[in-house]
Amino acid sequence: MTQKNKMKKYGSLFMATALLTGALAGCNTDEDTSSSGGSGNSASGDVIKIGANLELSGGVASYGSSIGDGAKLAIEEINAAGGIDGKQLELITVDNKSENSEATTAAIRLAEKEQVVAMLAPATSGNALATVEIANKYKVPIVTGSGTAPNVTVNDNGSVNEFAFRTCFIDPFQGTVAANFATKDLGAKNVAIYADNASDYAKGLAASFKETVLANGGTVVAEEAYVAKDVDFKSTLTNIKGKNPDFVFIPGYYEEVGLIVKQARDLGIDVPLMGADGWDSPTLIDLAGAKALNNTYITNHYSSEDPDASIQKFVEAFKGKYKEAPNAFHALGYDSIYFIVDAIKRVDGDITGEAIQKQLAATKDLSLITGTFTVDEFHNPVKSATVLEFVDGKQQFNSKVNP
Amino acid sequence: MEWIQQLVNGISLGSIYALIALGYTMVYGIIKLINFAHGDVFMLGAFIGFFAIARWEMNVFLALILAMALCAIIGVIIERVAYKRLRNATRIAALITAIGVSLLIEYTVIFFRGASPAAYPTVFETSNFEILGVKISTQSILILSVSIFLMVLLQFIVHKTKIGKAMRAVSHDADAAKLMGINVDNTISATFAIGSALAGAAGVIFGIYYTRIDPLMGVLPGIKAFIAAVLGGIGIIPGAMVGGLVLGVVETIVSALGYSLWRDAAAFVILILILIIRPSGIFGKNAREKV
Repeated sequence: MTQKNKMKKYGSLFMATALLTGALAGCNTDEDTSSSGGSGNSASGDVIKIGANLELSGGVASYGSSIGDGAKLAIEEINAAGGIDGKQLELITVDNKSENSEATTAAIRLAEKEQVVAMLAPATSGNALATVEIANKYKVPIVTGSGTAPNVTVNDNGSVNEFAFRTCFIDPFQGTVAANFATKDLGAKNVAIYADNASDYAKGLAASFKETVLANGGTVVAEEAYVAKDVDFKSTLTNIKGKNPDFVFIPGYYEEVGLIVKQARDLGIDVPLMGADGWDSPTLIDLAGAKALNNTYITNHYSSEDPDASIQKFVEAFKGKYKEAPNAFHALGYDSIYFIVDAIKRVDGDITGEAIQKQLAATKDLSLITGTFTVDEFHNPVKSATVLEFVDGKQQFNSKVNP
Repeated sequence: MEWIQQLVNGISLGSIYALIALGYTMVYGIIKLINFAHGDVFMLGAFIGFFAIARWEMNVFLALILAMALCAIIGVIIERVAYKRLRNATRIAALITAIGVSLLIEYTVIFFRGASPAAYPTVFETSNFEILGVKISTQSILILSVSIFLMVLLQFIVHKTKIGKAMRAVSHDADAAKLMGINVDNTISATFAIGSALAGAAGVIFGIYYTRIDPLMGVLPGIKAFIAAVLGGIGIIPGAMVGGLVLGVVETIVSALGYSLWRDAAAFVILILILIIRPSGIFGKNAREKV
């Protein structure tokens, strides 16, 4: 057979495959339209399926797995107490590898193949955002435990993403709390900001922090940025040190923050450093070292040392199962399940994605571990924040701030 | 004072680039192959050191030697398995194989331990001391002295030992060297062993200095070291050292001027400029290639 004929043969094979794929894709599209015309997936039989699209590997694996562990505990508790009207809950977990594209694929798989009625969205805002369209299309409500960027639930043009919800407060609130804490409690006047330039989360926090500091009469002496995955921050930190700030705000994630805190202390920046819930990971202490973390603060969703009785009950149950004290992500994962379950319980008639969505939006004065909350018109919970201080590698409860 | 501090920062970063660049340049010098798997040997070195220190509780220097020894063996295996049979193939075939080996190493590590980062254990209590208002940590001093020691040792091996003489001979003309009774295969293996050992050492030093290691940590430093090697003149050993240090200092200066987001871009601009203006590098002779 000559080369040319071979080419022809493969060419026709290719054409045939392309046609076949096209035909199959056509079928899929038909199914899609029919499902989006309906009211989302519905629970049939004795099991209610809830999906979990989480970061179990990759850069922020620590957040996703923590949320998953908290969620599992909640599911076990609810099933042990008889489930919802006799129906047992089933949690179907998919790893999105901490990547946006994987998060989208995982959401499609959960909505289409597993037919879940609701799902936990990824832990970080960027990954959660990658699943919002899928939620709207399949009419399956998503709840992110820790995606704090405003645009997860509200589009830039101000319209609400109907099927997106969250259990945590939003970025501007954390930035505001940090700024008030810095200027009022610590008496800082000249602050520096060192933000992760690659994440919407960090940029959102930096913007609201700056606004509140200026409103409180403070000065921003330095505004610097870094890119995720960097390892050498010394040159920029040397610059910041040269401006003599009395407080440095570092919104970002633990992977880089751990190194920044260590290198800042090495260079002799001894002023208070502060961040937000992105710092909350045991890896931070390994990376920075306990000593460097002294005199640093974070805003967070909750503290396991909060003396509140319901919090202590949760802490005990968690320790019984996992042999460690729960962090904020564990608590948010746990709360996300109770948030969804509370809505499912209030559904009259068929349990469908759309019915759950209506009830989630109507949630009012729901008392959970990370605070009592009411869902507002933008699908954000109105709730309190906690300020924690690192002392010798341990987080200590400092104060609670109401919205 | 700030500028002296920045210079110290730049030299610390640059000495790590230099250590990795040495392996690139040695391998290129001898078989004209850009070994893109070199950055991953650096990563393996970091992990070997991590396990040696954190799990088997070894002394830092023992861990460093262990990482160097194992990386040397890994380097030889890579050469024997992947590159040896391609020695007479086109250069592009060898280059693509190198990229394949690189991906194989990265994802094998991810398969076995996952992609999440690990934190190096604290091996020294960092104490800082001040000279003229410049903060220098004991770690930087140690890292710098280990790097310099290894570079001097390498110069000694290349210029004063028999194997070094063989390496220079093979690099000059492999066929003639063979006729003179030099075992070319063993000499090439030795080059890979030494280059990989240096990458392994750089991995451990990187881990101690920057604390965070992960399976894809070798990618960017690998490319930066490649730029450093080209900058100094690829195939020339002192060129790699100078190229590494210059690159580290330039990156630091770019950040210091407030353009920290442009730092990586600056490194690649250097690569482009050097390829346009002086492809043979700072130390390179403008020799025409033999056909």
